[in-house]
Parts: sequence; structure tokens; C-alpha cells
Amino acid sequence: MLEIKNLSKTFNPGTVNEKQALTDVSLTLNEGDFVTIIGGNGAGKSTMLNAIAGVWPIDSGSISVNGVDITKLPEHKRAKYIGRVFQDPMMGTSADMGIDENLAIAARRGKHRTLSWSITRKEKEKYKKLLSSLDLGLEDRLTSKVGLLSGGQRQAITLLMASLEKPQLLLLDEHTAALDPKTAAKVLALSDKIIEENQLTAMMVTHNMKDAINHGNRLIMMHEGNIIYDVSGEEKKKLHVSDLLAKFEEVSGGEFANDRMILN
Amino acid sequence: MLNIVALLNALPGSVAQGVLMGIMAIGVYITYKVLDFADLTVDGSLCTGGAVAVMLIMKGINPYVALLAAFAAGMLAGFLTGFFHTVMGIPGILAGILSQLGLYSINMRIMGKSNQAVSVDKYDLVVSLRYITPAIVVGLIFVVVLIGILYWFLGTEIGSAVRATGCNENMARAQGINTNIGKIIGLVLSNGLVALSGALYAQYNGNADINMGRGAIVIGLASVIIGEVLFGKIFRNFALRLFSVVIGCVIYFAVIALVLQLGLSTTDLKLFSALIVAVFLAIPYWSGKYKATHPAKVKKGGKTDAGN
Ligand SMILES: Nc1ncnc2c1ncn2[C@@H]1O[C@H](COP(=O)(O)OP(=O)(O)O)[C@@H](O)[C@H]1O
Ligand SMILES: [Mg+2]
Repeated sequence: MLEIKNLSKTFNPGTVNEKQALTDVSLTLNEGDFVTIIGGNGAGKSTMLNAIAGVWPIDSGSISVNGVDITKLPEHKRAKYIGRVFQDPMMGTSADMGIDENLAIAARRGKHRTLSWSITRKEKEKYKKLLSSLDLGLEDRLTSKVGLLSGGQRQAITLLMASLEKPQLLLLDEHTAALDPKTAAKVLALSDKIIEENQLTAMMVTHNMKDAINHGNRLIMMHEGNIIYDVSGEEKKKLHVSDLLAKFEEVSGGEFANDRMILN
Repeated sequence: MLNIVALLNALPGSVAQGVLMGIMAIGVYITYKVLDFADLTVDGSLCTGGAVAVMLIMKGINPYVALLAAFAAGMLAGFLTGFFHTVMGIPGILAGILSQLGLYSINMRIMGKSNQAVSVDKYDLVVSLRYITPAIVVGLIFVVVLIGILYWFLGTEIGSAVRATGCNENMARAQGINTNIGKIIGLVLSNGLVALSGALYAQYNGNADINMGRGAIVIGLASVIIGEVLFGKIFRNFALRLFSVVIGCVIYFAVIALVLQLGLSTTDLKLFSALIVAVFLAIPYWSGKYKATHPAKVKKGGKTDAGN
């Protein structure tokens, strides 16, 4: 499904700020895989997701989705294959536009945009139903500007946007990290539901080890630009937080106490 | 001393100027507000529009056809800025300045000298300051039609993509929108309107002048801000917002007429305009700072969405 081969990325090469963020990373996802990704600050998790999404060009390696080589495609062209939700709730939606307008833009992801009206009446009905299924009190606020919504509501909308036009790959980068625990749990449950209902292949970065264990069928740990641990299936189900901690201490030399990974 | 009679005599002319230049201000609204792009091409493309229209009319071309040609020339100017910015990676403000500078030479080439006159006695001009009331009516018809077209366009799938580009580039790209094209469309459209305004304004004044666009961006910004300050709370509809920009432009020219009557010299006008616009631009910044240091108490019973 997703095939990453020998991916490397260095930021600010040749300067004092040079930083090798990814070192020769290879990874293959199967259709329907839901991978959770953990790792310390600066391990390269976001960099890997951004490389897949095409935020900037990579130094070497290749990325393909369902056999299509997307390594050289610009970000907006990859959007045809990829849905994304960011850590920052402000990033995934247009604040000055209505909820319906945001959804309508997302419904046309990967399609040719024309001079026909940007949103049809039929769509509005559909969006209303979708919003009421969120159970966030948004069904009567179809035309409200997204900028008036809370962070949790915005992330829920962004999730809808990422999945409205079914993506081949869904990328979630700590998309609940900026939310309070209760809202985070709600958005996480919604993510689970959307991934399951649409049978999406997904990658979810989280700093919560328990979430990483309890969600998805596969878990990856990253450290200093490498994938250092990759478990799936039964083995993953049996994982405990203590196993992940042991693994982490093994590679980082027990320095994890000042990291922001959450244990419970 | 304020001469009320002289001021009242000047007022209809100010209204006509405000309406005709209001079309330019709508163009500025498209870049500054919709696209979130401070586009300085305007000072050049306004003159381009005037130059193209006047030269074509002098060649015997129908003035309405000349307006269309001016619109197209302005679109090219906007494309140039968009090209500088998106393909060549030049920061937006600088891209506009480069276009503006380059357009000076182009405008001189078009006109052959720094001023070209078209007399309303000789040509069937669309508007003229000789006939102020018809000029206002014709200007308003243009304004209404253009607002209608913009309202339609920005409501289409492509228009919606342009708005998303201006609002949140990250979101736009993640939703498959080519933000470079979004910016170019906005700049092309905006400068087309600016040049059209220049073409009408030149006919109104009976001449195109190489300096006619100098400071136009400031007039455009002033109109946008005045319109927003006065009508921002009552006009929610996009078409009305565009119309409030035109009203802002009329008010701008009326205020200018007033300060001229009060004895300000025409050469001091630009300093006056610059300072007024600077103050208005500072208001949101200052009020933001004030709110940050003086947090408002939550209104009782007020519905808020703060927090999660
Ligand atoms: N756009 C960028 N420019 C420069 N350095 C970056 C950029 N993005 C990430 N980095 C650096 O690359 C390393 C990996 O970052 P990131 O992938 O964001 O880590 P995380 O695993 O916490 O998501 C960090 O050292 C970070 O500072
Ligand atoms: Mg990160």
C-alpha cells in the first residue's frame, strides 16, 4: 500500500543548524494497516509524515502509494491520495469560511475544480447529517465560520474533511495533543470510527503510549531519525507500557525522564 | 477658512471620483482581504489601464472596447506579479514593487509621453467630469455589475479555492488546491479591476497621466478600512462588504475635498493620506494589545465557544 524506501532528510544542510531528521528509513504498510507511531521529541515522526505528504522535497529515497510513485509530486497533487489532520487545530481548516464551505472544499480533494457552484443543496443535507453524527452540537451551525469553533470541534471537522473524499492514506500527527483530555478522547474515538467505517490505511503519531497500544494493529517506535521498533498483530496486542519504556530506555540510555511521553 | 459653498460644489465630483476609484478599491479588497496579499502592483496597473484606454480611444476604438482592453492589460500586470511571487519565489511586497517599477516604463511606452488627453468633445467617452451626474450613475452601474460577477465567481469551486488559499495555505494544499494558481488568479482578477478603474478614471479626467497611479494602493487600503470600520458590523453579506468598500472610497474623496477646502495644499495631501491610513491600520493592532492586557470579563449568559 504505502512503500517508503531508503528515505533520508536533512534540514539546513551545510549550516550550523544542520539536522539529519530521517536516516535511510524504509517502511511498508499493508492495505488497512492502522499504525501508531511513538518516539521522543525530535525523533523524526512529523518529518516522516511531512515527507509522505510532500511538504518539502526529500534528499533521497522513494515513496509510493498503491504502486504510484509520488516522490516527485507537489503537496497539492498528493492530496488526491492522502488525508491529513495536524497537531495545530488552526492548521486544518479555513477560519474565515463556513463549516459547510470547508467540507465542500474537502469533498473536492483530488478532483478538478470548476466554475460550478462551490456547494450544492444535496451536499448541505449530507453535511448536516454528518455533523449531527459527531454529537458536538454542530448540526445547527452548518454555515458558522470555523474560526468560531473550539479546538476540539475544529479537529473533528478536519477529520471529516480528511475522510469525506476517501483517502488511500490518512495521516494523523498528534492531532489530539492540543486538546483537553476529555475532548482528546472524543476526537480519538471519532478517528477510530472513521478509520474503521471507511477501512482506511492510517498512520497516527501520538505521545501517549497507552493510546499507541490500544489503537491500531501495528506500532512503530522512532528514535533519532530511525524506526527502531515495529510490532503488529498478536504481539502488539500483548504489549504493555512497561515494554515500550524498556525499549525506549534501551536506545536512549535511560534519558527519557525529561521527555514528554505520557505513560498512562 | 472653510468655504461651505465651495465644499458643496466640490462634493458631487468627489462622489464621482469615489465611485470610479471604488472599483480600484474593490480590486485592493480582493488581494488585501481575500488573498491576504499586500499587492503594490496597483500603483502601476491603475495607470496601465488609463494609458491603454486613452490610447485606444484616440485611435478611434469604441470606449467600451477600450475598457475591456484595459481590463486585460491589468490582468497581465497581475499575472506578472503572480509570476514573480510564485515561480520566482520573490516575497509578495517585493514582487509588487518590481511590477510597479517595470510598469512605469511600459506605461510610458504605451503613451509615448507622460500625459495624453482625450477630449469629451471629440470622443464619445463613457464618463466625463463635464457630466458629473451621469458619471456617478454609470460608475454605480459598473460597481453593481462587477460586484455581482465577483459574488458569483468567489462562490464557485474555483473561487472558493482562491478564498481558501488566502485564508489558510496549509489547509488549501492539504485539500489538493494549487495555492500558486490560487494566488495568481486573485492577483490577475484584482489588477484587471484596478486597470478598469484607471481606464474609467482617465476618461473622467479627460487624460491619462504617468503619475495617476501614484499612491493608489493607499487610497484603496483607506477605502477598505473606512468601509470596514463603518459597515463591518452591519454588512455581513459579501456583496454588501464589497459595496462598503466603494462607500469607503467615496468618503475618502469627500474628506480629501474637505481638507483641501480647509487649506491643505495638494502636495501635502499624500502625507495626510499616508498618516490617516497608518493610524487606521494600527487600530486592530492596538486594540489587540489592549485586549491582551485588559482581558474582558465573560458576559453573563453570553454564549462562548472558548476552550474545548
Ligand atoms: N522544517 C524544519 N526545519 C528545520 N528543522 C526541522 C524542521 N522540521 C523538523 N526539524 C528538525 O528535525 C528533527 C525531527 O523533528 P520532528 O520530525 O518534528 O520530530 P517529532 O518526532 O517530535 O515529530 C528535530 O530536530 C527538528 O528540530
Ligand atoms: Mg512532531
